[in-house]
Amino acid sequence: MKKIEAYIRHEAFEPIRGELLNLGFPSLTISEVKGSGRQKGVTERYRGAKLTNYLRPKVKLECVVATTDVETVVGTILKHARSGSIGDGKVFVMPVEEAYRIRTGESGEETLQAHPEAAVEVAG
Amino acid sequence: MTLRRLSGVAAGAGAVALALPAMASADTLEAAQNGVLPQSVAINSIWVVVAALLVIFMQTGFAFLEIGFSRGKNVGTVVAKILTNFSIAALLYWAVGFAFAFGQGDIIGHDGFFLRAYGDPLTAFPVMSLSDATIESKWLFQFSFCAVSLAIVWGTTLERIKFGVYIIYAIVFAGLIYPIGSHWVFGGGWLQSNLGMQDFAGSTAVHLIGATGAFAVLLLLGARIGKYDKEGRPRAIPGHNMPLFGLGVLILWLGWFGFNPGSTLSALDGRFPEIALVTLLAAAAGVLTAVATAYWKTKAFDIGMAGNGAIGALVGITAPSGYVEPWAAVLIGAIAGVIVPLGVYAIDRKIDDPVGALTAHGLCGVWGTLACGIFTAPRLAEYNGFGEGGLLYTGSLHQLGTQALGVVVVFTFVFTLSFATFWLIKKTYGLRVSAEEEEAGLDITEHGMYGYPEQFIPAPELIGYATAPHGSRDIPSPARPVQREVPA
Repeated sequence: MKKIEAYIRHEAFEPIRGELLNLGFPSLTISEVKGSGRQKGVTERYRGAKLTNYLRPKVKLECVVATTDVETVVGTILKHARSGSIGDGKVFVMPVEEAYRIRTGESGEETLQAHPEAAVEVAG
Repeated sequence: MTLRRLSGVAAGAGAVALALPAMASADTLEAAQNGVLPQSVAINSIWVVVAALLVIFMQTGFAFLEIGFSRGKNVGTVVAKILTNFSIAALLYWAVGFAFAFGQGDIIGHDGFFLRAYGDPLTAFPVMSLSDATIESKWLFQFSFCAVSLAIVWGTTLERIKFGVYIIYAIVFAGLIYPIGSHWVFGGGWLQSNLGMQDFAGSTAVHLIGATGAFAVLLLLGARIGKYDKEGRPRAIPGHNMPLFGLGVLILWLGWFGFNPGSTLSALDGRFPEIALVTLLAAAAGVLTAVATAYWKTKAFDIGMAGNGAIGALVGITAPSGYVEPWAAVLIGAIAGVIVPLGVYAIDRKIDDPVGALTAHGLCGVWGTLACGIFTAPRLAEYNGFGEGGLLYTGSLHQLGTQALGVVVVFTFVFTLSFATFWLIKKTYGLRVSAEEEEAGLDITEHGMYGYPEQFIPAPELIGYATAPHGSRDIPSPARPVQREVPA
């Protein structure tokens, strides 16, 4: 089991979400975060005075998947998040010890199985 | 606007006005100093200026309506736009607009450029000769209409247009397009004086002209990024603040009590309260039918449609307000209220109009203009001096035909000039900001600052935003309750 943590542009999220859903990965969490990297800051001018703002908004996307699915999910993120400019973000993959499904109490990698029917259910 | 011949004015005050020719501003002062300024001049000027101020207040309404319907990254730009456009309109309308719109002439007026050297104002601006209000008060009132019409143009363009486009088109619009179009419809031009088209306060002359400009720019501008999915289905882009939208609607509604009743330009015939009543009834009916229609279609009591229904009905009653009885106003407003949601849903499938202006000002402007041809009471047509009674009274399609012709002529004229202007702007300066700028928002990219900095700049980077006083001992913590001294 691996946790994938991606820091991406806001506009990249919607295509990623759409494709992951179609591939059977509906389960993910996002947070709106602010951070800094190589991308430059934004300078705001307020009545003649300047205020440079180095922390830029990004979306942090987190999902935990079976080890065999990591390549698929990371590939999808890389494909849609890449604009080619500085500031596209980063993806981190890290190990996960255990996973539990709260509703049933089940545990293990099978709780993270891909759900190819999820896209159909949502679309229907 | 009414054109009862001066000779037909029964009020004694009217006769006094006739006895005093050429009431230009210098003459007003001289007459006042000599104690011969008729009281009617003061009374009518007060009413016209009050009405003009109500209409000018509508700029605030447009601002908040558009701000509410925009995302939080595109709100400061609306403030800058409203202030800039209002100012351009004021200077252009003073220089040439008013002369084109209200001077003498079938096609275009030519008296009173820079509001000077017009001679006798009652002759120079014949369509307003019913009222002896000073020319400055009439100018202020007519300018406020021009500014409203210009404000209507931009609702469709929110969140992706370049700021400079506002400035370029505002000059053409306030100097040429609006003055000529409104001259034909209610400034004494050929549609009104020769054909008898009825448009009391501007369903066509103000609202349809503005909405037509909006339509022309929208065709060249395109939809906001993300408005349509890959299959071309429309998606909702919710505005960020419905309370501000509601504030805008209520301010516009209030402003309409200057818009329609003020178009009497006179307080002395006592018509203005009736027109205020008619205006209110139509808007009330429109809100209810718009909410009902939206509920029928979407099973929700739609907040936006309640507001758009009010606006649509007010636009609908604008042309007929001086021509119809109260019962007809209820019907006109009710039908406008049905048009609003249906029009918005239909238009949204293909073109991206964030505020619904094409429906509320365009379709309802057409409906209001045509409604005169159906509901105009013969007694009021005769009193105003334009056209005849509507279909329901006369059984004749003549007035309805005149109204339809007027709509087609004005739409064609305004659309052609506007489309040409926007096409030229697109080829030279460009209409749209870049995709990157659109994603970041117009506030920071076009104006260099956020409308809501605390939402976009993290607190640690703003100055003076500590979360709490350091080491505060006075804040009780649930883990360690504050021990109170209990008196022994």
